Amino acid sequence: MKYSYYPGCTLKTKAKDLDIYARSSAEALGVELVEVKEWQCCGGVYTTAQDEIATKLSAVRTLMSARDEGTDLVTVCAACHNVIKRVNDDMRNNEYVSTRANNYLQAEAPYAGETRVIHFLELLRDEIGFENIKKAVKNPISKKIAAYYGCLLLRPSSVMQMDNPENPSILEDFIKAIGATPVISAYRNECCGSYFAVTDKSIAKRNSSKFVDSSEKNGAEMILTACPLCLYNLKQNGGASVPVVYFTELLAEALGVK
Amino acid sequence: MQKIGVFICWCGSNIAATVDVKRVAEAALHEPGVVYSADYQYMCSESGQTLIKNAIKEKGLTGVVVCSCSPRMHEATFRKAAESCGLNPYMVEIANIREHVSWIHKDIEEATEKAVILMRAAVAKVNLNQSLTAGKSDVVKRALVIGGGIAGIQTAIDIADAGYEVDIVEKKPTIGGKMSQLDKTFPTLDCAACILTPKMVEAASHEKIRIISYSEVESVSGFVGNFTARIKKKPRYVNEALCTGCGICAEKCPSRKSKNEFNEGMDTRGAVYIPFAQAVPKLAVIDPTACIKFKTGKCGLCERNCTAKAIDFNQKEQIIEEKYGAIVVATGFNPIKLDGLEEYGYSQNADVITSLELERLMNAAGPTGGVLLRPSDRQHPHKIVFVQCVGSRGLRPCDKPYCSKICCMYTAKHSMLIREKYPDTEVYVFYIDVRTPGKNFDEFYRRAVEQYGVHYVKGQVGKIVNDGGKLIVHGSDLLMNEQVIIDADLVVLAAAIEPDPTAKSVATMLTASIDTNNFFTEAHPKLRPVESPTAGVFLSGVCQGPKDIPETVAQASAAAVKVVGLLSKDQLTCNPCVAGSNELLCNGCSSCEKVCPYGAISYITKEVRRGDFRRVAFVNEAVCQGCGACTVTCPSGAMDLKGFTNKQIMAEVDAICK
Repeated sequence: MKYSYYPGCTLKTKAKDLDIYARSSAEALGVELVEVKEWQCCGGVYTTAQDEIATKLSAVRTLMSARDEGTDLVTVCAACHNVIKRVNDDMRNNEYVSTRANNYLQAEAPYAGETRVIHFLELLRDEIGFENIKKAVKNPISKKIAAYYGCLLLRPSSVMQMDNPENPSILEDFIKAIGATPVISAYRNECCGSYFAVTDKSIAKRNSSKFVDSSEKNGAEMILTACPLCLYNLKQNGGASVPVVYFTELLAEALGVK
Repeated sequence: MQKIGVFICWCGSNIAATVDVKRVAEAALHEPGVVYSADYQYMCSESGQTLIKNAIKEKGLTGVVVCSCSPRMHEATFRKAAESCGLNPYMVEIANIREHVSWIHKDIEEATEKAVILMRAAVAKVNLNQSLTAGKSDVVKRALVIGGGIAGIQTAIDIADAGYEVDIVEKKPTIGGKMSQLDKTFPTLDCAACILTPKMVEAASHEKIRIISYSEVESVSGFVGNFTARIKKKPRYVNEALCTGCGICAEKCPSRKSKNEFNEGMDTRGAVYIPFAQAVPKLAVIDPTACIKFKTGKCGLCERNCTAKAIDFNQKEQIIEEKYGAIVVATGFNPIKLDGLEEYGYSQNADVITSLELERLMNAAGPTGGVLLRPSDRQHPHKIVFVQCVGSRGLRPCDKPYCSKICCMYTAKHSMLIREKYPDTEVYVFYIDVRTPGKNFDEFYRRAVEQYGVHYVKGQVGKIVNDGGKLIVHGSDLLMNEQVIIDADLVVLAAAIEPDPTAKSVATMLTASIDTNNFFTEAHPKLRPVESPTAGVFLSGVCQGPKDIPETVAQASAAAVKVVGLLSKDQLTCNPCVAGSNELLCNGCSSCEKVCPYGAISYITKEVRRGDFRRVAFVNEAVCQGCGACTVTCPSGAMDLKGFTNKQIMAEVDAICK
């Protein structure tokens, strides 16, 4: 199994663990991740302004390169995944955006959303299968773990199509696959406070701590997430007393490649 | 050659404001066969009809074209007028220049041109019209009511009281429907069982009513006045003639894990059970999916304990075939499934319940014996949040676009009953709008707010989470323009209602139409609200649209009056526009028989010419509904429809394309 792989800027700086362990786990599971050549920032935040094209161009370049490689594109950062998948949807369904983006890029073959974008979690669930992961686990993580989805991983659900945005199970199923016990906490699919971490800490604190408190009250010994910003907020502003880790790190540990 | 008169109606300004009626009248005179034309302000009025009648008499007209509204409105009026002065009614044709022209066009030039074209087509047709005589068909004096909820029961009682036989076919083991599950009814707060069960008993004991419970209508053939229904009676595994309804079997049954449908699955029942104490018919029924005897071959405890020897594990499905003159659809509704509305956390939290579940929790025969205890820990809830419009008035695929109509009133009822019985309970109601039109309805709602201190919050709920046993309800208060967070013990969702899932197949079976929401369509939204567009098929209750009990009962009685009106006739006038086969052209290929939805076509061997015996199609004119499917299927052009012959239709097309 060969896939184009998009790490993203944060995974090369603040969130190296998310990237490193995704790669080592994939290798252990027999999946080849080929880093997209000369990739750029995903755009950071998906802009809902209809006439804003420039911030979508870098995502289109990544999508085009995966198309030219003839492979599906795997992402791992929840924020990058959200931007790239939504831009891909625009290129498929929004004529205004796709025409302008293609006019600007002047590529030999215009891009029309041909690439299939999947998150690393979907790679685990749909391509490899949680059952097979369970078989590959060498060191079961026997802990009670609360999963934090945040907002970007699942929404908007019509575009992301990963899981039920209000009652998801993909992370809990992942937790079970690596031998741990999932703890369902309140607010697991709400926003962590996001960039308010910079402008108004009180909002980030309020949002993150609601989830952290509920998790700890429910007996979670660990929290896992797929998003660098969520990880930062839960740790710095949520006052988590239990470890907050990336899901890829736990996967690598379970597979014995950490 | 015909002598045709053309009459152009202004319809006040409805037509005349967009169509130059004078020009249409003038153009008509240039059409072949037309000897007279006139325009008039209201052709349907007494004086308008006189104008037509006089012209027929004075000009000796043999055909009439009226350019007016849809033939569904006034074709019968004008045909009757023509008939009254000796003209065959089928020599009258309507050109619809209102719905098809003036109401949908703005430009007078274009509209007038189109009106002229439609007039020309109608004239071309009338030139080929022939006098037709309608036959008669007998009326079977028995009605079928599909569904035994309050709507079906009321319709059946009213028809039976008028002296006609009625069969109620109910798919569940008992009649009573949703109303039997309700605790109290708004706005008078009388107990649902107290007012419903006498009606159930009345239906059961009425000599003219037969209740065919635990049965479904499998197929219907025939036409108005003469339907034949095949009814599938599911096996109860209990002999109906012997069972006394004592309930010993249900007590002894060791299988106790089946969800009790009557209590919305909040407690369990045995594999053999009687749905509820006042069930009609009061007979036990065995659920073979749960019965140990059916699953393992061992047990039979019920059989051993039944003193009436009524248990019959070998009972088989039965088919009942019966003829009916009229059919009433009363298939009712269900609350929607809440799968797509997970923001309310219904599937994730035991203490998020639906309003129908609350009805059972408040009812003395319910799972808690009428004491309000929340499902998770059987504790008394002290703070309750009601959420209205759950799945109603929404635009997402999981939502219904319509207002479910009953929720505002039953939520006011619930909140008041709770405040009355448990004054230490705080009650909040989230609403988009409070819609309480109806006699004594708004007063009822205001009582909840003003006398019972129920907190009404204008806004919707965005999320409900379970945080350590408390349900945290996140909503918006649009009047205060702020977010509200309430830690509730119990949340009650007013789930939207939708037609019963059988509505679609029943509609197909009866060739009655349903709308995009699967509600049955009425023949006219204002003037024929209890008839379906299919002759002989009537509508009763929520199958036609959301309704409360008073409205349902009113509509049920209205449907009964329509049925009685039909059954009181000994014979019905048939539609003479039926198919007929030209035996010289027919080659007996059977194509027409295969497409006929009414089973009107059979084959006979006939001497077509001397010594030439052939198998040819034969149309039973009493059964043919004139749909025309056979005429377009016939490869040799032998089939033709009277009043709509292929020649007439081609003449119309030619006139339009001229």
